[in-house]
Amino acid sequence: MPVFRIEVHPKNTSQDPAGAAILAEIQQLQHAAHTTGANGQDPAITSVHTTRVYLLAGDEMVLTAANLEKLARHLLADPVTETPVIGIGENAPDSGVEVHLKPGVMDPVAASAEMAIADMLGLPRSKPGESPPVQVRTGRRYTFAPPPGGEALKRIALSILANDSIEQIHLEPFFPAEFPSARSYQFAKLEVPVQGLTDQELLSLSRRGHLFLDLAEMQAIRDYFVSLGRPPTDVELETIAQSWSEHCVHKTLKSRVEFTHHPAPDAAHDGHDHHTGSPEKLIIDNLVKSTIFRATSELNLPWTLSVFKDNAGVIAFDEDFALCMKVETHNRPSAIEPYGGAATGIGGCIRDVIGTGLGAKPIACTDIFCFADPATPPQEVPHGVIHPRRTAQRVVAGVRDYGNRMGIPTVNGAVFFDQRYIGNPLVFCGTLGLMPREFSAKGSAQPGDHIIVIGGRTGRDGIHGATFSSDVLTNTHADEFSHAVQIGNAITEKKLLDVILQARDHADGPLFGAITDCGAGGLSSAVGEMGQHTGATVHLERVPLKYQGLSYTEIWISEAQERMVLAVPPQHVAELLALAAAEDVEATDIGEFDGSGKLALYYNGIAVGQLDMGFIHDGLPAPVRKACWQQPLLHDPTLAPPQDYVQAMVELFSHPTIASKHWIIRQYDHEVQGATVIKPLTGPRGDGPGDATVLWPLPESPRAVALAVGCQMRFGEIDPYQMALNSMDEAIRNIVCVGGDPRHTAILDNFCWPKCTDPMHLGALVRACQACYDGARAFGTPFISGKDSLSNEFITDRGERICIPYTLLISAVSVLPFVDRAITMDAKEPGNLLVLVGRTRRELGGSMYWHIHGHTGACVPQVDLTVAPAVHQAVAGLISHGLVCSAHDLSEGGLAVAMTEMLFAGGLGAQVDLAGVPRDEGLGDDTLLFSESATRYLLEIKPEHLDAVVKGLRPHSFGVLGTVTEAPQLKIRSTGGPVLLEEPVDTFKQAWLKPLDW
Amino acid sequence: MTASPVNTILLRTAGTNCDRELALAFEMAGAHVETVHINHLIANPGQLADYQILGLPGGFSYGDDIASGRILANQLVHHLGDALQQWIADGKMILGICNGFQVLVKAGLLPGPMPQLSPGDTFPATLTDNTNGRFVDRWIRVRSTSAHCPWMGPETCLDLPIAHGEGRFMVRDQSVLETLRANDQIAFSYVDAAGNVALNAPENPNGSVDSIAGLCDVTGRVLGMMPHPERFISSYLHPTWTRQKPPPAPAGLQLFKNAVAYIRQNMAVMV
Repeated sequence: MPVFRIEVHPKNTSQDPAGAAILAEIQQLQHAAHTTGANGQDPAITSVHTTRVYLLAGDEMVLTAANLEKLARHLLADPVTETPVIGIGENAPDSGVEVHLKPGVMDPVAASAEMAIADMLGLPRSKPGESPPVQVRTGRRYTFAPPPGGEALKRIALSILANDSIEQIHLEPFFPAEFPSARSYQFAKLEVPVQGLTDQELLSLSRRGHLFLDLAEMQAIRDYFVSLGRPPTDVELETIAQSWSEHCVHKTLKSRVEFTHHPAPDAAHDGHDHHTGSPEKLIIDNLVKSTIFRATSELNLPWTLSVFKDNAGVIAFDEDFALCMKVETHNRPSAIEPYGGAATGIGGCIRDVIGTGLGAKPIACTDIFCFADPATPPQEVPHGVIHPRRTAQRVVAGVRDYGNRMGIPTVNGAVFFDQRYIGNPLVFCGTLGLMPREFSAKGSAQPGDHIIVIGGRTGRDGIHGATFSSDVLTNTHADEFSHAVQIGNAITEKKLLDVILQARDHADGPLFGAITDCGAGGLSSAVGEMGQHTGATVHLERVPLKYQGLSYTEIWISEAQERMVLAVPPQHVAELLALAAAEDVEATDIGEFDGSGKLALYYNGIAVGQLDMGFIHDGLPAPVRKACWQQPLLHDPTLAPPQDYVQAMVELFSHPTIASKHWIIRQYDHEVQGATVIKPLTGPRGDGPGDATVLWPLPESPRAVALAVGCQMRFGEIDPYQMALNSMDEAIRNIVCVGGDPRHTAILDNFCWPKCTDPMHLGALVRACQACYDGARAFGTPFISGKDSLSNEFITDRGERICIPYTLLISAVSVLPFVDRAITMDAKEPGNLLVLVGRTRRELGGSMYWHIHGHTGACVPQVDLTVAPAVHQAVAGLISHGLVCSAHDLSEGGLAVAMTEMLFAGGLGAQVDLAGVPRDEGLGDDTLLFSESATRYLLEIKPEHLDAVVKGLRPHSFGVLGTVTEAPQLKIRSTGGPVLLEEPVDTFKQAWLKPLDW
Repeated sequence: MTASPVNTILLRTAGTNCDRELALAFEMAGAHVETVHINHLIANPGQLADYQILGLPGGFSYGDDIASGRILANQLVHHLGDALQQWIADGKMILGICNGFQVLVKAGLLPGPMPQLSPGDTFPATLTDNTNGRFVDRWIRVRSTSAHCPWMGPETCLDLPIAHGEGRFMVRDQSVLETLRANDQIAFSYVDAAGNVALNAPENPNGSVDSIAGLCDVTGRVLGMMPHPERFISSYLHPTWTRQKPPPAPAGLQLFKNAVAYIRQNMAVMV
């Protein structure tokens, strides 16, 4: 079919914000290159124009000149701000560059345009499996003034305009004679001989086939098929590799570990729980079961409803409703294609929540990122890595576009910056769901249920995502695994959600008996898991495809997005399919959960795979893994107290980890669904950094739910045990600060670690897991769900290995009995008292203050589990009694940062005396202000409530620091001594607002 | 005597996502609400006869693909154009919030009357990318500025949230603005804390010409606005309620109450 081209131009530059944004990026890039001496000779670009390009393929009888004109003027171009051009516009072809998606990459705009064109021209809608009457591809054209040279143009295109893992750059206007058509698939059943393969050959097969299985696993597969007396087919090998991948089965966390804990080399300071003398040896049967799961089961709280067995953890909200929460990472895809990776990360996490129990409604999302410094000079970025500023911007855009389109408020998060994330940026996405309690238990497929795949079509996208995420990233991975990149289509998922909730709430009861998400491993994992106890027969040719040419194996393992699998009793199949069709959602019956105990795969009636469910789920060999941990020999620096405290604090506020995240937060619709009662930014000007967010999901109930996170990754290299405890303590502090109830708080773990085949890294993981057990027990906060990502290393082209810091994200979800008791962190009223709760110690190890002076140190904050739970409870009690006007947690930057944030958020000042700080003896002012000791809160209270507050806080450490003032000035007096600092709070606020104000 | 029900129909399609809170707002104002998928309405346009208020909720209909609201607007024009013209002629009301406003403008229902889609026929106005090129969620203040729009009495200041990437109201030329002013069609303007029209960010968050935040048609009964009144139907949704005793009254709710009251008063004369 012939191809037509329509360009859409902005009428004038003031109506081209996309061009202006790209110009700013180019100027930033040129500035960085110039200041670092690289490529300084490029002429400065002064303007960028963007043009949208639509390529339409269709019959000439349909795409007549009149119809093209109609589509151009009334569909594709805005009548006020844009001008359409049919064909190639006049702007000189050599002054620009065009970016088009590679064939087969998801293009949501094209899909919408195809539907709209058919609608507008009155063409029949295409049926599933058919191409639409007019096919569309979209692209973007950029023209520059002055026109850059070829090399500069390429550099700009590759670093700002396009990602060559999914997009093609054209220096000429792209106007192909016809669209590339996928070649049709010639069926051939592939068998892979394994009998007699040597160890070396098995490993080579694993690598060549991108199976990422180790030797013991390959041997088990060989032995299984030898016992069956036949070779495996390719799809059988793939099925096993998907099911046994670290991503799907979490074999490291579930493994048997031989752990050696060496005594500390030197007692750096007191308070560690390490042992002296000979190393302690421990056999841990199943790491996660014996620590994280165990805490939950020993706590045995009545409000934990479904824990560690479903796609998300479920807790009670009230008598009638339940909450479920899941937090995922999507690090690998985000490293290669930050926009698509982050978007599909949040999309997958949302589907996990939709697929919990018999379906939950997603009501909030969270996002937490770890990046390298966005100001990293370009030449210091390793080959094959996207610049961290670009990564950050595209990741934010991905989360924004997916979450906003889904209509789920993204309400809470954090961003941490450390150079060791340069090759492995971390992207955590969380989703909170709400469901009637009757649907909170995980469903189960029954023999005879039909297997219905619903949602998006299957393409080649995302193949090998699950196995790919289980290996170390190298500088060539971007090329080798570009097919692992997935691009999301949020609207497909929103439609899917609309249909699932209607099917769940059907008048005759739920139309399906079990539901799960097609995530990592695609249909292979979803059907394999749902059919674990029944067996399943699948007819792969029935799966609707985006384009032809997929082999049966590709269909089975594709990780194409926005698909879910339902187990539907035969009597409900027609009703379910009709419900989906009414809303333009594709649902297809692909087979049956058949009671055979086997997984049987067919393609056009020919058997292509037959595996015992037992072997898939229990055949994974369980080797004993070695782990060891020795507290590293670290020393505290001797750092003179700052000469200028204003300067020291400005430096802290200027660090991107502490700096305001408003640039990110305001791009998220954090208020859709109309339930966000405590917003992420608070105070009279809406710019105070809230500790946590509160949602009020059911107007008929007074209950509310708070969401918070804790992550103290800077403490990990000193002591992973304390890193984990501090992260938990921080998450709980944040919950308490908005009025959450620590007795009704559940937590989730997400470990991101370097590769755990290194016993040291596994040892650090063991220590963190031990802390999770100890902390959860002491705090009474059960873990309800978790996920890990354990291969976060990058090998540069020079062979340098970059390991991320040990990173444990703790997410917390808490139920507030009364929404009107929630509070915010912004200082409220002059004359109120500032009360510091918790003891300050000389614990600057891993602190931001030492970090910005180039030190790590050894004296990491120690969470005292004998005291901390009661302190949290005491503060929560004061807040629930209405005795606290504002509360803020002390974390990065210590008292100095927390106090100043509270003041500038409220537009007020304060006069304080450090004499009021409860402390260990002999601490200097710098330690009092910057130490990051755990379990500390800063409270603002009315003077008339002081007696009641004192009563509520005893016997814990607390002290009155001073008074809130009308004048927005911060005055800090040294303990019984001179004024350390007197400065408008705005000085710090401006420093804090600037670094990430992109 | 029991008041006859005021029936509201909310139109939903792929990507609509503010329908639940909009339904709640109308229900709290005393209306009976049904939410209907566009496929269903196109197949059964006759069901419009049962309703007096049509709501177009916010969201990302069809992903904002091509341009916000465009695809749904085309569907309305091609499949329901006559029915909607009749709806307005019958004295009924339409509310489009955020994406709903974008749809009304791109269908030509605002500022209205609807142009025909023939070559040479041009649209007077549009909603397009915010001047800073980004989606933005923040609370702003608007003032109602139309004397004849029944949705909100004139000279009322409201704090409301906006959450959009394409909220910049633009007109074809100056004459369009003059017509809008002459017809009293400017329903809401972005204002500063003191209530004065504010031309620049952040008070005017998207660069709209004349700080126009909402528009009604010549009848006043068709209203489109970028801010979300349905997100301020409880005191606890205001961003500074923790600083105010008692917490602020939910100003957004008034808009829905006004509409229900208007229909109750005028129901007798409707078909």
